[in-house]
Order: sequence, then C-alpha cells, then structure tokens
Amino acid sequence: MRYNRSITKRIDWLMIGLYVVLVICGWFSICGASYNYADTDFLDLGSRTGKQAMWIFFSFGLGGILMFIEARLYEAVAPFFYVGMLGLLLLTIFVADDTKGSNSWLHFGPVSLQPAEFAKFATALMLAKIANTYPFDIKKSRDFATVLAIVFIPMLLIVAQKETGTALVFLSFFLMFYREGMSGAILFSGVALILYFILDIKFSHDVFFAGTTNAGQFIVLSLIIFISAGMMTLYTKRKGLARVVLWPYFVLVPAGCIVSSFFFRFDVNMLLWGLAFYTAVCQLWWWVTYRMKQYGLMALFTGMSMLFLFSSGYVFEHVLQDHQRTRIEVLFGLQDDPRGAGYNVNQSKIAIGSGGAFGKGFLNGTQTKLKYVPEQDTDFIFCTIGEEQGFFGASVVLLLFLVFILRLVHLSERQDTVFGRVYGYAVTGIFLFHLLINVGMVLGLTPVIGIPLPFFSYGGSSLLGFTILLFVFLRIDAERGNG
Amino acid sequence: MSKGNSIYENRKYVIGGIAVLVVFIYIIRLFCLQILNDDYKRYADSNAFLKRVQYPARGNMFDRNGNLLVYNQSSYDVTVIPREMADIDTVDLCRTLGITREYFEKRMTDMRDRRKNPGYSPYTHQLLIAQLTPEETGMFQEKLFKFPGFYIQRRSIRQYTDNIAALALGDIGEISQKELDNDTTGYYQMGDYVGKQGVEKYYEELLRGRKGVEILLRDARGRIQGRYMNGLHDVPSVPGKNLTLGIDAALQSLAERLMSGKRGSIVAIEPATGEILCLVSAPSFDPAMLVGRDRGKNHLKLLRNPAKPLLNRAIVGTYPPGSTFKTAQGLIFMQEEIVDEHTVYPCYNGFVIPGFRLRCHSHPSPIALQDAISTSCNSYFCWGLWRMIDNKKYETPQNAITVWKNHMVDMGFGYALGIDLPGEKRGLIPNAEFYNKMHNGRWRGLSIISIAIGQGEILTTPIQIANLAATIGNRGRFITPHMVKSIQDTVIDEKYRTWRYTGIDREYYDIIAKGMRGAVVGSNYGATCRRANVPGLEICGKTGTAQNRGEDHSIFMGFSPMDSPEIAVSVVVENGGFGATWAVPIGALIIEQYLNGCIAEERLPEVERISRTNLLSPKENLYEMQLEKENSAKDIK
Repeated sequence: MRYNRSITKRIDWLMIGLYVVLVICGWFSICGASYNYADTDFLDLGSRTGKQAMWIFFSFGLGGILMFIEARLYEAVAPFFYVGMLGLLLLTIFVADDTKGSNSWLHFGPVSLQPAEFAKFATALMLAKIANTYPFDIKKSRDFATVLAIVFIPMLLIVAQKETGTALVFLSFFLMFYREGMSGAILFSGVALILYFILDIKFSHDVFFAGTTNAGQFIVLSLIIFISAGMMTLYTKRKGLARVVLWPYFVLVPAGCIVSSFFFRFDVNMLLWGLAFYTAVCQLWWWVTYRMKQYGLMALFTGMSMLFLFSSGYVFEHVLQDHQRTRIEVLFGLQDDPRGAGYNVNQSKIAIGSGGAFGKGFLNGTQTKLKYVPEQDTDFIFCTIGEEQGFFGASVVLLLFLVFILRLVHLSERQDTVFGRVYGYAVTGIFLFHLLINVGMVLGLTPVIGIPLPFFSYGGSSLLGFTILLFVFLRIDAERGNG
Repeated sequence: MSKGNSIYENRKYVIGGIAVLVVFIYIIRLFCLQILNDDYKRYADSNAFLKRVQYPARGNMFDRNGNLLVYNQSSYDVTVIPREMADIDTVDLCRTLGITREYFEKRMTDMRDRRKNPGYSPYTHQLLIAQLTPEETGMFQEKLFKFPGFYIQRRSIRQYTDNIAALALGDIGEISQKELDNDTTGYYQMGDYVGKQGVEKYYEELLRGRKGVEILLRDARGRIQGRYMNGLHDVPSVPGKNLTLGIDAALQSLAERLMSGKRGSIVAIEPATGEILCLVSAPSFDPAMLVGRDRGKNHLKLLRNPAKPLLNRAIVGTYPPGSTFKTAQGLIFMQEEIVDEHTVYPCYNGFVIPGFRLRCHSHPSPIALQDAISTSCNSYFCWGLWRMIDNKKYETPQNAITVWKNHMVDMGFGYALGIDLPGEKRGLIPNAEFYNKMHNGRWRGLSIISIAIGQGEILTTPIQIANLAATIGNRGRFITPHMVKSIQDTVIDEKYRTWRYTGIDREYYDIIAKGMRGAVVGSNYGATCRRANVPGLEICGKTGTAQNRGEDHSIFMGFSPMDSPEIAVSVVVENGGFGATWAVPIGALIIEQYLNGCIAEERLPEVERISRTNLLSPKENLYEMQLEKENSAKDIK
C-alpha cells in the first residue's frame, strides 16, 4: 500500500488531466460527427457514440490497471511481446477478411481489433529494450541497422495488410533516433528530399523562357546550389568558398535566361545541371585538398540530391500508377477536381472554413451532419471540431495537443533510464506524427493518409492503443529514481 | 545507471520546436480558412441548404356579385440544378418530356448564358420547361429517379371561369428581361410570373403576395434531411390578396356577345361609386389563350391580327366623341353664361353664315339647349362655341379656349382619368397653344368650329365618354373610374373613394339630363335615340357619329335612371355608321341587362341580330375564322 501511494504521488497528474480532457473532447466531437437527425440517444450502445463511450470507459479502466504493472515487467517481456506481435501481424494478413480495402482487422464476435494499432506499442518497447542494453550506440552502424530492422519488419507486415497509413507512422521513430544521437543530416536530408519532390511535382507543369525550361527543375536545382553554398558558409571555416559557386550562378543563369528568351532557345536547366555538377566537383576537390570530411559529405548531399531529382521525375511519370499519380497531383493542387480525388479534402476545407471564428455550435454543423465529409468521425474528425467550434475551438484543441506533446518531451527527458527515455521519445514521435499527418490532411496540407487523430477519432483499437502507449509511459515515469 | 547521453539533450529543443512549428502552421492555416476566406461559408451553404422557394397563391378575382372570375390551378415546371446533373439518358429524358434533343440542348445553353439568365447558378433550380400538364408530369415523375438533378416544381397558373374580359383582367407571363432590369426591389427572378396587362399588371404587388423560402438540409447524396433549424430561418410565403372587381360578369358577358364581329368598346360605370361594371374591347379573345405552353404562340397570333385584339380600346382607343360631346359643350356655355336655358339659335338645316355652312338635319327652328341636345342640333352648338370663343369678355380667343379647355379637363377630358389599368391614353383637348401653332397665331371661333360638335381635333377614349355620362347622371361630380371594388384585408386607393367636381352648377346638368331623356323618349324637335327607349326604364341617352376616314364610328352614351343613376354607359362601334344604328341599341340592352338583370324576351331576337352582325373587314374576318378553325380542331383532338 505504501508503495502504491508513493506511485500515486509520483504520477504526472497533468498528463492524466490532459488525457481525460482530450478523450472527452473527442467523444463530444464524435457526437457531432455521427449525429443523425432521426436519432439523438448518444449513449445507446448501438450507436457509434454509445460504442465510443464504452471504449472510453474501457480505456479509463485499462489506464488504471496499467498503473499497477511495474515497468520492469515491460522491459522483461518486450522481446516476447514484439515477436508475438510480429506473429499476429503475419497471421492477420492471411486470416483477416477484406474490410474497406485492407486486411488488417481481426473479428472477435462483436468486437473488431486492428493489431497494427498495438504493433506501435510493441515496437516502441522493443526499441527501448534494445537501446537500454550495454553498449548500444545508435551511431554505430551495426546498432543502427538493428533498430532499423526492428522498425521496418512490422512496417512491411503492415504494408502487406494494405494499411500504408499506419505503416508510415513507424517513420516517427526516427525522431527518437535523432534524440539518441542519429546524425541530424539524415533527418535534414529526409526533409530536403521531400521538399525537392514536392517542388518538382508542383511546378513541373509550368515552363519558363519561351517554353524551354521546366520550372520545377529550375527551382529545385537552384535550391540545391543555394543549400550547398549555405552549408559551405555554415559548416566550414573558409567562408569565401561559397562565392566560387554563387558567382557563376548569378552571372551565367540570368545570361542564359536572356539568351534563351531572345536569341537562341535552349533549356536553361541544362546550364543549371552543369552548375550543380560543378558545385559537387568543387566540394570533392576541396575535400581532397583540405582533407575536411564536411566537404565530402556536402559533395555526397549535392550528388544525391541531383540523382534524386533526376530519378523522382522518372519514377513519377513512369513507375507510379495512374491513381497514385492523381492522388499526389491533387494534393499539390495540380488537378482541380472537386468531385474526384480531391473531393474529401475539398469538402473538409469547406466544412472547416464554414466554421468561421466561433463555429456553428455543438451539433449545429451542417457539412458534417449531412455527410459531406467522408470518414468524418474517424480520420476527418477534426472537420467537425473546425465547423462546430470554429477557429478558436480548433486552435484550443491544437494547443492542447501541443501542451500534451511538449509535456511528453519534458517527461521523456527527465527519465533516468535509457529505456524510459527511448520509450518516451518513441511515444512522443508517434503522437506528433499522428497530429502532423491527420490534421495536415484535414487542412489540405499533407497527403491523404488514413491515420486517426489520437483520442478523437472513432474507434476502440486506436483509443486503446494510444491509452496503452501513454499509460505505460506514465507508469515508467512514476517509477523514476526508484530503480 | 544514467548513460552519458547529455550531449544530445539540446535536441529536445529541436523536437519541441518541430511540434511548436507544426501547431503554429496549422493554426495559421485555420486562420486563413476560417477567418480570412469567406468563400467556404458560401460553398458550405450551397452544399447543405436547398433553398426552396415557396410560391404564394396569387390572389383570386371575383366579380361584383362575388362570382369567381380568375383563380389558380396547379401546373408543374421541370427545373434542373445543373451541379447535380449526372450522366443521364438524354434521349429518354427528351422523349418523356416530349421535347426534341435540339430544344433541350439549346435550353441548357441559354440557361448557362449569364447574359440571358443573369440569375444562373449551378447550385440553384433553373427552369427547364414550364407548365407541364398533370399527365405529362405523372409520366415524368415516374422516371424522375433516372434523372438526378431534375425536379418537378409546382406552380400555379391562372384559370378563368367565364372566359370574359381578357384585356381588363389581363394575363400573367414569365418576367421579361426588361422587367427584370426595371425591378429595383430585386424581388423577381428569371422564370417568375408577373402580371402583363390589365388588373393583373396594375395590382401585381397585391395579387402576387410575397414569395417565401424554405431552407432544407440536403445531404451529400442530395437527399433532404429535414428543415434547417426546424424552420427558424424559413420565410413563409404570403398569399396574394383577393380582389373584388366592379365588373358584373353577366353584363360583361352580354356586352362581349353584342360586340362580337365588331371593333369598338363598351364601358359601363356605376356613377355613385365610379366602379367599372363592364369594360369591353372588341374584338375580344379568350383569356385562356394566354395561359399554358401555347401562350407565346397565341400571343403572336393576337399580335398579328389586323383587328388588333390586344389593344384595349376602352382605355387606349381615342375617337372623336361626335355629338355626345354636345352635352359637355352645353354645360360650359351655360356655366360661362354664353347661353341660358331660354336662349335659342336658328338652324336652317345647318349652321349657315356668310361663307360658312355646317349641315344639320331637318328639325324645327329656332331651338333652345334642351331640345338641341334631344335632336342633336349641330347649329346650336356652333353658335354657342362661336359666341364663346369670340366673346369680348375673354378679350382673346386664346383666353376663351383656355377657359373652355379647363372646363373640359375638369369634366375628365384631355388627361388620363386614372383608371387602375395600365396604359390609359389621355385623348386630346386642344388648348390655345395648339391652335396658335396650327393657325400661325391667327384664329377665331369659326376656325375651330368643328370642335363644337365633337369633331375636329378632339379625341376622347370610350372610358372618358362613359365618365361624361356618369358625371351628367351625378349632376356634376364623379369618382375616378376603377376596376377594383374592394381588396381583401385592405382598402382601395384614396383616389377611388374621392369625389371630383366639374365646377359646373347642378341646375345646368338637369337641363342636359332632360335633353338626353328627350332624345330617348322624343321631343317636339325630334329625337335621336328612340331605339334606346326600353319600357319601364328611365334611360337618358345621347348618340354620336364620329366622322373619320372610313365609315363613321357609331357612338352612344347614356345613363339610367335619370335622377339617381345606377349605370352610365358608353358604346363605340368602329365604322358602325350613325350612332343610332348600332351603338344605341347596344347601349340600351346593356342598361336593361344591368338594371333588370336580364333582357326581356321580346328583345332577345335583337340581341341575336346584333351579335350576329359582322362589321369587320374581310381580311380581319379571315383571321378570326382561321383562329376559330384551329380552336375547334384542338377541341376535337
């Protein structure tokens, strides 16, 4: 009893409070989203709101129970858990029937569960367990390969279940890797590559200079040269070297544009490819001359960027299938087709936009009630908040999530075990990724990847999954200093 | 146990920073979507709200005895919401609606052309075809599920019980572009019906009521999910007001029958109230012709008819009043003390002075005013007018004619009377300026003498002549003639309840009335409208024969009974010859019908004879016959 009381004292009640507030806000949003004009009994177990109330009840109970399980146990069972989960995922691929185009659901009587939701938890535990073994160091390529394997195996199994969205969530572990010492360059390169891809696709239909020059390529190549020059200035002591790259750019490119426009038509991008190549060669030359590793890495980055740009265009045009290409094009506003592929996002923007500053009021939203937004109580639940609670309500929800995530970062950082910290950052990454993709998709900023908004989206598996993730961490946190 | 990982501790700021940045960007995005941009609100409304216009029932019209004249009947329009149109079987659609594919495509193109249809929006109902019959509607209704985006909307169209008084009642039709442009209130939309003529046009705002709107919630599949906020923002439609007209349906019916095969007009007024008892413009037509889908076709036909049936002659036809005008002249002469009841003038088969002669028929001479009215002596009024215009007391003929003109205007001539029908003409009562221009400023009484007998430049409308009769019956006052006797829940315009005075003394009117009575029952000097003498009725009358280029117009004006008249009437039969020939018997029958409620049996053959008489030109007749043939062909079908 004494032990338990001290646990109660050590629990981070702020987190519990935030959790309860978010879950309850979530339930009211589902009331709004699944509201039916004919039927208004929210607690009827036959209705979605009633079912969700039941799941919330279970989650609270589960959260309470998890508080009594010692953290040591998780560390001990993590490998079994992980392997068992892999087995379950594999089994699911073959057992599960086709539900909405994916084979990820297991049915137990009236209850359906999605093992993929719990795989995140098992993987996070496994990563924490591995990181906690001496002498683990993520910077060692062997260890890095181990953790990559731990992440990618369940990810591939989930992709095989056609739950790409959930699989992508596993990328969020890279945030934890970064905290544990993975080179920032990997994170930066990842972001840069995504940026290149978006810019290239988005502007690939525009042409400059009498129709000779592809605008997307022009922008991306210029960006590659500028980033290289920027890195040369930032990371090395010889600041003057950037000029060697920038001077030719500012002289040759405008000259090339003028010549192409008025005298002799040619593709200015040919010039830019040349300049980018020249930049990479310069970096290589300095690497050899000055024996500085940074130049080598920069040369690698520049070269990889060019290779990526060259191949992404090819992949996009020739490898991707039509519907995939359409989805990407709609995302970047290249296709204006409100009834087609962009319908969801368009209706979602309409619903949110019509909310105005203060919203239409609880249960008064028309767009969500009348089912204009698809998946409105699961993936597009944020629409209902935007429409009924307006800018202020939606902002409050976002800020609550921000406080929640920052608190998670804080709690993770104060862990005195690597196990606790790694697990904490894994949890933080998962929540941040869900928030980023889900809300971004609803607002029309990120691709339409079907993943739920934690605590808000309808569904027992996701709510239980997030509850387990969070409460296990809270228990670990409550035990710190006890070890 | 803690591992020395603190060199990376600062990376928590990077991770926290990413979270802050994401939330910050999303809040900015929310701000753009929800606060800066209003478009989404509009899209959302057009998504979710189906604004269904509630068309009010247009007011009915009753005759003075409470008989229904005009009422509504349901008709069905096919509308389309272009945004909801999916791939449909156009061939099937056209076949079901009984239209050609070309017509359908043209209609859709016109609909989308914002110049032709400024109210176009792909989110609202657009009219495709108006006024389907119930059978056609039934057929279409069955197949409606095949044609998403197409709707059937109930509208009401006009129906007529007696098919009378087409021009007086007027008609309704789809609002024209010009009318839309002139509509400053923004009430009307393309496809709305408005009154086009007659009472329908004049009382448009009262009759139409007020459109309402019902806001329905429509889900993503176009299904109606109920009313928005339980109808809190709905605007109920306000039904149009019912009108009771002064028209007596039986009288109107008889009048139209009597005028069949003729051009001209009959106007009857109740002198005590100014209410119009009947208003006929001949040739007339069946008001039902201008209802339904053949409206356009029929309208064109009527427009091309050389007899001009669309011209409401009762208020826009201007005729020289002929001898009926002598009553007004006599009143002015007496009021201006040019003559008194004993003043006599000679008549030697005409007004004869050296160098000038205006013929008159034979009757005893000299003659006083009352008898001059009875026998319609031309000379008397020529003398009177001459004496007046050249009278020294006015100093100049210009002054004299100004005094004369003012009296005429007070009696209701020279300006539109102000009847509650659109398009009334004012006629012409010349003033001094007019004659100055005409005669280069040098003119005297004799120059303009023909106006004495209602010829020359004088032009009056049949309603002005009827009003003159009413004024005489009332002995010097009248209420502006009007079609509408009463309006549901409200009162008629002040001006239709206010007496207007002519400024001429009552005693003079007595003399004129006696003269008009003499014209009917006979006097020592002769009588012009004996044929208006109906036993048992105290009819006062005056004939007129208006000379014009063709055959003279036959005119009659009368009222009855003599002292407290219940009806005043004017009859104009274009090219009907002498007043006595057609106008007098018609006028008498009108008075008899109204006062007795029926025509005595011995005069029924007369009714038959008159209504069978055809005074139209061969060309005009050809047109009428064609029309009849088509109508009967349609009936057979």
